[in-house]
Amino acid sequence: MLLFCEQLLNGLQLGVTLFLMSAGLTLVFGIMQVINLAHGSFYMIGAYVGATVALHSGSFLLAIFAALGASWLAGCLAEALILRHLYRRRHLDQVLATFGVILFCNEMTRIIWGRQPLFMDIPAALSGSVQILPGLPYPIYRLAVLAVGLAVAVLLWLIFTRTRIGMQVRAGAVNREMVAALGVNITLLYTLVFGCGAMLAGLAGLMAGPILAVEPGMGESILILTFVVIVIGGIGSVRGAFIGAVLVGLVDTLGRAFLPLLLRLLLSPATADSVAASLASMAIYIFMALVLVIKPKGLFPAHH
Amino acid sequence: MLEVAAINAGYGESQVLFGVSLRVAEGEVVTLLGRNGMGKSTTVRAILGLLPITAGSIAYQGQALQRLPSHRIARLGIGLVPEGRQIFANLTVRENLLATAANSRRAREPFTLETVFALFPRLAERLRHYGNQLSGGEQQMLAIGRALMINPSLLVLDEATEGLAPLIRREIWQALTTLKDRGLSILVIDKNIDALLAIADRHFLMEKGQVVWSGTSDELRRKPELKSRYLGLEQ
Repeated sequence: MLLFCEQLLNGLQLGVTLFLMSAGLTLVFGIMQVINLAHGSFYMIGAYVGATVALHSGSFLLAIFAALGASWLAGCLAEALILRHLYRRRHLDQVLATFGVILFCNEMTRIIWGRQPLFMDIPAALSGSVQILPGLPYPIYRLAVLAVGLAVAVLLWLIFTRTRIGMQVRAGAVNREMVAALGVNITLLYTLVFGCGAMLAGLAGLMAGPILAVEPGMGESILILTFVVIVIGGIGSVRGAFIGAVLVGLVDTLGRAFLPLLLRLLLSPATADSVAASLASMAIYIFMALVLVIKPKGLFPAHH
Repeated sequence: MLEVAAINAGYGESQVLFGVSLRVAEGEVVTLLGRNGMGKSTTVRAILGLLPITAGSIAYQGQALQRLPSHRIARLGIGLVPEGRQIFANLTVRENLLATAANSRRAREPFTLETVFALFPRLAERLRHYGNQLSGGEQQMLAIGRALMINPSLLVLDEATEGLAPLIRREIWQALTTLKDRGLSILVIDKNIDALLAIADRHFLMEKGQVVWSGTSDELRRKPELKSRYLGLEQ
């Protein structure tokens, strides 16, 4: 039971990290119809800039601002210089161009920071753990990640439902031309949306910094999960991205933790472990396939 | 106020407009008449900057429009009610009205939700409904309200009452009359010639991408042959 609770929290924490990644990607994909493979690069930029600033200044707060600013700027630049020219192109062109951005970013980080991974310390205020249940200590930092992810989800929901910017973004998703004809500078709006999506990815990267190694190519492993999330959630839907991210986080984490135990009931321990290992890494893809069989457009398809 | 001078425009290789000229004066209601496919909507798209023109010029209150992006044209005071209404289906009625609302010309008595609801009381009852839950007539009222909320000095309606029930049509014409009395200039496309004769000051008749006739309502009434020849209406 304690193990289950712990794994549940781990799953949720992976889920909110995935949500930060997928919120931006699903908006860009759903509204601008651009496949942006380079979204993982913003995650990496957030992690690297955050880790570097934290290392040199010793201030995690400063690292947060630096990471958010750098990934936002990287996002706006990438949109204005590269992606804006791809909106009307075929998806294959977009995949090629943004794949090029990945190669560029990875190589650039190797040039600036070298091949060795960076390690980032958990900020002092968030180190240690608390007893969340009798006999179950849980790292404060991971709880903080969970809280930040949930806070961002609430904030995004408020922005989307309560503000005019949110309304304009949703309106632009169904009829871009009409929004422009009513006096909204939609090009600028999309640059901002893109930048904010990149900033959320950078935030995810920064928060993953103390948990994972900060290294070139770190964005690509999470990018694949992110695409699974937005396909499950329904492309273009932030609510879908949230639900999808939590589900994928839980399925992945719980699968890895409990499939071996479950299979041991049926198979010999050695076979069970090897089958479980491969099943666990496939679990989210099997889950995605199941969702798509039942709901081909994902759980919350955006209006179109 | 609006001065369209000898514009050419088209889609790709196929040219649709051949030297179209028209003008709308301050406070005037002007119609664009003609059968389907004669270039009326294309003219509207060109005015709003949704389609580039290849020759000629468009000016609004002395300012050249042809190089401006659509959003700048809208902010100069042209409110579009597009063909097919194009309501934001995933926004509620209230959100449709508020999302793009603005008063960039600093109108002294700007439109508000209340004034739009005074014009179309039905919308007030449908405040929380999504765009795709409305009837055609309600969508058209919403499209007009949405355009008014950007506080235009010229309202452009592409197909004001197409496909709507007679009762709803009357409501829309009534609203346009009220707006005219308020001093708003209106450029309207419609096939409902009798209603247009009553409300409009001047008419432009289009055929095959050209303006073939223009004149006042009285002049149009005196030439019934124009109706059958260019509008395909039996007299």
